[in-house]
Amino acid sequence: MPTLWLVASLLLLAVAGFVVGRQRALSTAGGDAKELHSLPSYYGHNVAFTTLVPALGALAIWLLVQPMFIESRVSKMIPDEMAPDRPTLGLVMSDVRRVAEGLDIAVARGALSADDARSLRTEFTDVRGRLGEVGVALGADVRPEVLRAAQRYRVMSKTGNRMMGIVIGVLAIVGFAWSYMQTHKDFRARNVVEKGVLSLLILAASLAILTTIGIVLSMFFETINFFKLHNASDFFLGGTWAPNFRGDSELSILPLLWGTLYISFIALLVAVPVGLFAAIYLSEYANNAVRSFAKPLLEILAGIPTIVYGLFALLTVGPLLVNTFGKGGALGVEWMAGATSVLTAGVVMGIMLIPFVSSLSDDIINAVPQSMRDGSLGLGATKSETIRQVVMPAALPGIVGAILLAASRAIGETMIVVMGAGAIAKFSANPLESMTTITTRIVSQLTGDTDFASPETLVAFALGLTLFVLTLGLNVLALYIVRKYREQYE
Amino acid sequence: MNDMQFTDRAVEQKETKIAAKDVNVHYGEAHAIKDVNVEIEDKTVTAFIGPSGCGKSTFLRCLNRMNDTIDVCSVTGNILLDGEDIYDKRVDPVQLRAKVGMVFQKPNPFPKSIYDNVAYGPRIHGLAKSKAELDEIVESALRRGAIWEEVKDRLDKPGTGLSGGQQQRLCIARAVATEPEVLLMDEPCSALDPIATAQVEELIDELRERYSVVIVTHSMQQAARVSQKTAFFHLGTLVEFGHTGQIFTNPEDPRTEAYITGRIG
Repeated sequence: MPTLWLVASLLLLAVAGFVVGRQRALSTAGGDAKELHSLPSYYGHNVAFTTLVPALGALAIWLLVQPMFIESRVSKMIPDEMAPDRPTLGLVMSDVRRVAEGLDIAVARGALSADDARSLRTEFTDVRGRLGEVGVALGADVRPEVLRAAQRYRVMSKTGNRMMGIVIGVLAIVGFAWSYMQTHKDFRARNVVEKGVLSLLILAASLAILTTIGIVLSMFFETINFFKLHNASDFFLGGTWAPNFRGDSELSILPLLWGTLYISFIALLVAVPVGLFAAIYLSEYANNAVRSFAKPLLEILAGIPTIVYGLFALLTVGPLLVNTFGKGGALGVEWMAGATSVLTAGVVMGIMLIPFVSSLSDDIINAVPQSMRDGSLGLGATKSETIRQVVMPAALPGIVGAILLAASRAIGETMIVVMGAGAIAKFSANPLESMTTITTRIVSQLTGDTDFASPETLVAFALGLTLFVLTLGLNVLALYIVRKYREQYE
Repeated sequence: MNDMQFTDRAVEQKETKIAAKDVNVHYGEAHAIKDVNVEIEDKTVTAFIGPSGCGKSTFLRCLNRMNDTIDVCSVTGNILLDGEDIYDKRVDPVQLRAKVGMVFQKPNPFPKSIYDNVAYGPRIHGLAKSKAELDEIVESALRRGAIWEEVKDRLDKPGTGLSGGQQQRLCIARAVATEPEVLLMDEPCSALDPIATAQVEELIDELRERYSVVIVTHSMQQAARVSQKTAFFHLGTLVEFGHTGQIFTNPEDPRTEAYITGRIG
């Protein structure tokens, strides 16, 4: 709440800064805006931004740092025998926070005076009962150490908040005053605002990049933890995926990688011809009327949530395949035991990828200059000869790029394989058997009770990182190919 | 430049290759070509001149039915090639285009090797029975395109890597390789520098020995230099058609005179 007030007053100060900055600029120019270096509003913006930006930046950093700082200080008050390892300490600290919160609420409701809250002792008061009265339920009786830590926690965050208010306020006022003093008719406010806009844009761009780096790093460290507990050569080179909780799990990525690649391969086998032919029809043969409704219709496929595709696999495609290849099926063979199989997931995933391939290929085919087609038609080639021999070769690198992007999408797909492919990790060339993929194993290793100290859980991060590297590689390759293609016509 | 010495040019009568009668072209609502009648002779260079948007390119594209590829375009009237109506239902536009080749404004080599560019037409029309025969066709086409000497050592390099003028001569060689009877050229030099232009113009003059060449050009000097017959188009109508020497020195229509002397256009 105090933070909200702080931000509100900062905004108010910024608005005031805008008004007075503008006025001061005008008055130094004797009221004639033409005398100013920049438009009057630039001076206003300059004051407003100088007031706001450093203060808000400092606020953000403060809000991140303060809890960490207090936590580390308070956790030293917890005796070692109460919290022998880090996870237990985490539990105790969350107790401390709850008690501190409870005391805050009790004070706010008037059930305790501020002095009482500070001097409360478990030896004399039933803290759990008192807090229960104001609606803060605690699981166990409050230990004296926890109560003392909670009281310390309250005091520290109170001082912290007060200091934060002061520092941020001073920063804002200094910024305000400094930029106000600078405001003069010759001051180049326009250039300063321009730089401000530039840094704002850079900030936004680097935020996205930093997040990516953060994601990779968080996976990376957990992966290192995993390899401390589990043999790397078993992970990369072993042949069995069999997690258990006895501590001798075999956790090899190879069977999962095989399933992933096999399913993706079948998906591409479906998506590439269909998508490509659809793109050729839409870009080369269809007239405007057909294109204007067929293209959006095809792209609707891309908007269907993958869980719905999963249902389609489970309820329609799977049974259909069983009715064909299963016992008592149309072919009279008994090749397929259940509805979940590599083929089920692959076909449905292929359908999901059709708009991906067709839409990208369509753009790429359209980018082939009309003069290429004219040249070929002018030599007496038919339309399909032109497409086969001139348009496709010219568009091929781009289409390969599109296919690689589709492939990386297929490799990362989760929901369809969870529902369509089954959960058995094995090497098999039979597409009618169920198999499993990297993504589904990540899901199953991280759902339910998880213990982040066991290799069975941490393996998910190693799998995730491998998957990330795989799809990143494919994307980079795709981008490289697409870029190389672009150079040909520009 | 001796480009104004054309009065003494050979003007003997030759047989008619293409005859257009009452040709009208509509682009949707717009009436692009109005009642054009013209007879194009064999083994002659015919130039179409006129201000931008006068319909000369549109008319040129009618001669090999390239306008068929544009949905909204409709052509009426008769265009006879050797006495046969090319807009007749029985005529296959694809085969027609093999007989009536076309070179475009911007050089448009395919992103293939130089050899494959030239071999493209002969391959799709099955003109060569063997690899050796195809090699021969490619070489003679490149020789006729006056580019053989420059590319004979790098036939397997991409055609897009050549300079603009070389690319255009490659495109001419490519068109020649299918043994057309008529060669249509839509402003073939507009994207080229003066030296490349001179080379292409020289080439056009040589091509006249074997083909009927129709060239659309914005440059009146070029029309005067390379053509024997000139047609002047204005606002979709054929204003005047005659011997190049006569059109440039003694035009009958005041509009032709106005265009040639630079007052309209």
